[in-house]
Amino acid sequence: MIRFDRFTLANGLRVIVHQDTATPTVVMNILYDVGARDEAPEQTGFAHLFEHLMFGGSINIPEYDEPLQLAGGENNAYTTNDLTNYYIQIPKENVETAFWLESDRMLSLAFNEKSLEVQRKVVCEEFKEHYLEKPYGDAWFKLRELAYKNHPYRWMTIGKELAHIEHAQLQDVKDFFFKHYRPNNAVMVVAGNITPEVVKALAEKWFGDIPAGAPKTRQLPAELPQTEARKETATADVPLDAFYKCWHIGDRLSPEYYIADLLTDILGGGESSRLFESLVKELQLFVNIQCYHMGSIDPGIICIEGKLVKGVDIKEAEAAVEKILQQVKEQPIPEAELQKVKNKTESMMAFEDMSLLNRANSLAFYELLGDAGMMNTELDRYSAVTINDLQETAQKIFREENSSTLYYHAKKEAL
Amino acid sequence: MPDRTVVPPFVDAVNFHLQLQPYQKYTLRNGVTVYAIDAGTEDVLQIEWVFDAGNWQEQKNLQAAVTNHLLKNGTGSKSAYEINEYFDYYGAYLNRNCYAETATISLHCLTKHIKELLPAVKEIIAESTLPQKEMEIAVQNMKQKLDVNLKKSSFVAGRLIDVYLFGEDHPYGRFSRHEDFDLLTRADLLAFYEAFYRNGSLKIFIAGRLPEQIDQLLDQHFGDLPNNVVKNQEFGIHPATRKKHTVINDEKNNQGSVRIARPFFNRHHPDFLKCQVLNIVFGGYFGSRLMTNIREEKGYTYGIHSYLLNNRYDNGWMISTEAGREVSAAAIEEVYKEMTLLREEPVDADELLLVKNFMMGSILGDLDGPFHIIGRWKNIILNGLNDDFFERSIQNIKTVTAADLQEMANKYLHPEAFYELTVV
Repeated sequence: MIRFDRFTLANGLRVIVHQDTATPTVVMNILYDVGARDEAPEQTGFAHLFEHLMFGGSINIPEYDEPLQLAGGENNAYTTNDLTNYYIQIPKENVETAFWLESDRMLSLAFNEKSLEVQRKVVCEEFKEHYLEKPYGDAWFKLRELAYKNHPYRWMTIGKELAHIEHAQLQDVKDFFFKHYRPNNAVMVVAGNITPEVVKALAEKWFGDIPAGAPKTRQLPAELPQTEARKETATADVPLDAFYKCWHIGDRLSPEYYIADLLTDILGGGESSRLFESLVKELQLFVNIQCYHMGSIDPGIICIEGKLVKGVDIKEAEAAVEKILQQVKEQPIPEAELQKVKNKTESMMAFEDMSLLNRANSLAFYELLGDAGMMNTELDRYSAVTINDLQETAQKIFREENSSTLYYHAKKEAL
Repeated sequence: MPDRTVVPPFVDAVNFHLQLQPYQKYTLRNGVTVYAIDAGTEDVLQIEWVFDAGNWQEQKNLQAAVTNHLLKNGTGSKSAYEINEYFDYYGAYLNRNCYAETATISLHCLTKHIKELLPAVKEIIAESTLPQKEMEIAVQNMKQKLDVNLKKSSFVAGRLIDVYLFGEDHPYGRFSRHEDFDLLTRADLLAFYEAFYRNGSLKIFIAGRLPEQIDQLLDQHFGDLPNNVVKNQEFGIHPATRKKHTVINDEKNNQGSVRIARPFFNRHHPDFLKCQVLNIVFGGYFGSRLMTNIREEKGYTYGIHSYLLNNRYDNGWMISTEAGREVSAAAIEEVYKEMTLLREEPVDADELLLVKNFMMGSILGDLDGPFHIIGRWKNIILNGLNDDFFERSIQNIKTVTAADLQEMANKYLHPEAFYELTVV
């Protein structure tokens, strides 16, 4: 049971306090409700580039990292298709430094041309390092575009192409900031060795006078139900053929999410999972195979991905995958197998909650979803899933007309 | 409204009194030592069985890694599937890893399931059968994964720089090729298993919310293993004669994987701790000289880092980055310029204080929970260091001076002492 207090400042900033006196540190986690899904199709990758710019100095503080390190603090940030999250871990004695730094960059950035110029380059190198230079690194660019036709999940967080990042202008940065980086569009979690009273006083002092922004309404183009199977073939200079197939599932708050999550474990969670046991060990069609979902807030996708043993025909491999899915759709999952994946979920959550940083992260995420208290009821939601739920949901999800398949071929060696 | 231009008062972390929670030590009836940390907020625990069964012990390349990989792929009474199913049912994670000097089995589980799980781990240590069929599948898949990795310039660079530092015949420089897999037989694996697991040398590290009488529980299951002393082979290092290397892995690549490294001492050397601080200044944190110059000023890379390797014997000092192909050479030049600066000018007082505070704050933050605490102890114990090593590291951070760092830079940060490699 994770305990927390919650209050909201007059400017709309939601604050969660989770006290843990066993630790000598405090974590400050600020989540902004903006991600790659809020970008325009001609300006993708911007939310993530912007995250880099948040470290380029704010209106009253020329350097962000230096004073934080001087106070013994560490920080980092990440951007997803849904949100942007910043966090600091700092000795409890120096927590005010975190309030000072984070409130100043919420008040306003310095909007420095040089910072934009350098970070454009840094992000382009990140793009190359993580996607262009890696074998199979472009697969998800293709798969997203195949699976999503309307919703902005059709592009990657890093952006659709390098050019979008290279062309970002300072005016775009300013507009983005004042639209999305306002207190009423953020959730702040303060966790660790600190009392709610102290957090309240410091929050009022440092964040209280930051003006609220115009209320934001998000109207994203919805993905229409898919009516026919989509397939694409790619060829690249990679050593092994790879198979990717994904299906649409419900949004993060739908009951279907929890069922789909357990299905990924039954199918691809570890070496006792169905796909691994049958297709890697028994039939030896795949070198490895996984099943996972994107965990996205809007309706997501569940994916099966594997690299093929050399010489195996990709259509034969697909047929074998489909056969396993057929079994899940036709035959009830044995009680013990369902219990197994529930047990795994329970222990995974316990391990995650060991870290103060993870607890702060999760509280912020659940508050964004609507209620930080969900953190304490998640396990019940998994426990409630029945054998019947799994079968019905498998039948609903794993339909050919709901699928997008990417056949990723290794270029044939020249003779 | 607060005056935001004024830095709020803060305490210098360098003055903190940091302690590493001491471990409990048990000795099983066969002499196996157990190091335990009983702490934590959740009812979970982690156990690691550490064997002297790393690359160091092998007679044939890959013998150690493949044996370790196959430990849970069949015992006298269970198939690979049944073993995985058993651990998965309890929501437990059973892993195994092979390193240069040691190989491990590790278990993460809810404390309430420990009694069901320990006998199954025992079975793996004492009764694995390493079946031929399992070996064939594993080797086939490892070879194919190797082919995928060889497409990554960073993977190729990581292998080659170790060869330059230590030589290909040294356990630190050895790497895998298809031929090595082909030469490996099941008999090789069985012999290795017999010598270094069933009759090997073992240490146990356990952390988390421990059940009552954990010492007796461990003794019951692991107190009857032979636990012999393993004699270490001796290896000489054969570093490369040439210092600068460029390798084309893929003509179409847009980035170069740059590795710059020199031989260095292990943790027992009197200069080690001072160099650990110098390394932070140089390339060991986000505000380091290398990051500030090469990422934040010039935008040549997403990241550049320097670090001291964690080898038990011969060690190294490494700088690593993936930089734009057309700016790789310029990035390397800047690395050497930063070395020159550290040799020629003392680190100024503000920067040194910042680095000290950062290091102390970072250690404080990292002591979050029992797994991190046991991890630090494990590193100290396996490196054969004394129990005061953590305390000495902290004292060193507190007392090291700019003159010390400059002296270290003049001793070690000479470009001509470094191997330099770019893989595109």
